[in-house]
Amino acid sequence: MPPPALESVTTDGEVLLTVEDLHAHFFTEHGELPAVDGVSFSIQRGRTLALVGESGCGKSVTAHAILRLIPPPGRIVRGRMILYSRRAGTIDIATLEEGDDPLYQVRGGLVSMIFQEPMTALSPVHTVGSQISEAILLHRKVTAAAARHLGIDMLRRVGVAAPERRYDQFPHEISGGMRQRAVIAMALVCNPELLIADEPTTALDMTTQAQILGLIKAFQHDTGCSVLFITHDLGVVAQTADDIAVMYLGRVVEHGNVRDILKRPGHPYTQGLLRSLPSLNTGGRLAAIPGAVPSLTAIPAGCGFHPRCPHARAGRCDIGSAPALRALTPGHSVACVRAEEIAGENHPAG
Amino acid sequence: MNPPVATPDPALPPGDVQEPLLSVRHLSKHFLTRRRSFLKKAAGPICVVNDLSFDLYPGETLGLVGESGSGKTTTARCILRALTPTSGEIWFRTNGQRVDLARLSERALKPLRPAMQLIFQDPYSSLNPRMTVNQIVGEPLVIHRLAKGSELDDRVADMLLRIGLKPEHRMRYPHAFSGGQRQRIGIARALIMRPSLVVADEAVSALDVSVQAQVLNLLKDLQEEFKLTCIFVAHNLDVIRHVCDRVAVMYAGRIVESGATAELFKDPRHPYTRALHSAVPRPDPDQHMNFEIIGEAADLGSLPSGCAYHPRCLQCFAPCQQHRPELQPAIGDAAGGTGDHLVACHLNDEARPRETP
Repeated sequence: MPPPALESVTTDGEVLLTVEDLHAHFFTEHGELPAVDGVSFSIQRGRTLALVGESGCGKSVTAHAILRLIPPPGRIVRGRMILYSRRAGTIDIATLEEGDDPLYQVRGGLVSMIFQEPMTALSPVHTVGSQISEAILLHRKVTAAAARHLGIDMLRRVGVAAPERRYDQFPHEISGGMRQRAVIAMALVCNPELLIADEPTTALDMTTQAQILGLIKAFQHDTGCSVLFITHDLGVVAQTADDIAVMYLGRVVEHGNVRDILKRPGHPYTQGLLRSLPSLNTGGRLAAIPGAVPSLTAIPAGCGFHPRCPHARAGRCDIGSAPALRALTPGHSVACVRAEEIAGENHPAG
Repeated sequence: MNPPVATPDPALPPGDVQEPLLSVRHLSKHFLTRRRSFLKKAAGPICVVNDLSFDLYPGETLGLVGESGSGKTTTARCILRALTPTSGEIWFRTNGQRVDLARLSERALKPLRPAMQLIFQDPYSSLNPRMTVNQIVGEPLVIHRLAKGSELDDRVADMLLRIGLKPEHRMRYPHAFSGGQRQRIGIARALIMRPSLVVADEAVSALDVSVQAQVLNLLKDLQEEFKLTCIFVAHNLDVIRHVCDRVAVMYAGRIVESGATAELFKDPRHPYTRALHSAVPRPDPDQHMNFEIIGEAADLGSLPSGCAYHPRCLQCFAPCQQHRPELQPAIGDAAGGTGDHLVACHLNDEARPRETP
């Protein structure tokens, strides 16, 4: 059987979004906290980029920055976020002002987001359906009846049984997995070119997680949209992503395709994360990363990871500014001054 | 008070002379639901834990695993008598005697409480923000009047040292600590009573990977040091495999499979256990997730007939819809027929040899 004509997804480097040197700071009573401190990455059309890191690494702030949803006292200080939209042309999201039409076109239309906590992402006083149709009515010129039809159809596509009934129910009347599906329906209903999934499965059971991941993949396959997947779960990353950007203390410390990074991690932090996984250890002690993520008020000099790094060398890793990302192999870059030496130590034979 | 159950239970490995620390027999917990609106019928009692029996031996760690709503947390809370079970027996061995926790009054329970401690899931909501670490960790000793003055201080300081906090942290408040450190404080508060039974309810679920590994290592060390007997409630199979000696898989309030961890992970028999396995995303891009689970967890208010899992089961056949399978020794147990591997599934019936999945 010949493959369907429209199925193929371009993977030859048509870029949808580039984020360049993004800085988002929070202006608090403890001073100016660089939650995102010079982040650069790009997402190709039809591909999935996973933004990986632990709490406080700035992955969620980065995601919110793309929708210009950073809550005060945070704001974007510097940087560019260029969206190469097919529908609306090239837009620098960082320069948009609140109240600009293009911003509303981007937010929920070209770029949409699946939020982490389905109970807080849904309004408890509106029906599921009214929240889905709100997005449709904002972004498409359709009648209310047509919006209802589209909304019910979307609920069916995300695997909600009896969507006509669910459409008129309130969030508290449906199960957690169903709520997350409704949140996904809200995000997908306007056919976004970029879907941001901010830990969409962290609050869910493993079984529901597996179903939701399958759903996002299927949607991406059908529409060719790009996905920015925010997660701390390397298992989820391996199963969903094409490319990975590992973040630590507001910076990308490793960037490359999923196979390179998970099979041959170049940064000691990525190596540590992989070694901490109970699934890769059978019995015995886990190789935990010592210490804790430093506070943003006291970021170490030099490489931010050096106090926890088993490969850190005094005089090289703990002075100056944070190391920049540089290519280790084509398409695989690492922000570690000792990356080559460490690779040699880990695999002395080759 | 009734004597302990004398009849051999299928959950008991034969030939083991060691007495269990905890024997749960036919434990059930029902919750009454209120009528939500005048349009709806008043629902009957919802059976969250249904006829549960298992044994826990000293020094052993039992993992309770299942989806949300499977009754694992309710089971744990009934054992600690944070909830009063509707029926059943919870035999707990303390000071050489066996007592049925299910029947004791609050007053009679109090002297037993130090022996059973809980480690909470959320290290943010389970620590009082207005108490110092010193007060939080020392409070159980104060409540049970087990120590005061300099002895209290010494024991708190000693405990903090064991869980990896510095003595100068004692006067700080919880907000000054990271999630991993807070969880350590919660562990210290539980262990300072030198409990014989510790229940950890999703104790590492809220933690980041690297910190989770630290806390898991700490728990393993403390298990050895204090000879802890633990019930470990979790939904993450990888974590369960790492810390537990035995595992009980729960679905809709019942144990559907139980056995030694290695055995259960190597040769899972119940389709639900296999589905749980298949849903764990492997951190290897070449190992594709091929999950075999459909639908949502059963609604406890209207459980399906027969095996509660049958509407989601890909191997469902005729008897599954009619008769609920009993927990029985797994046929052809690779463990050498110790009878420790139990499964409640009609595929396990002797009349119908198991097909290789």
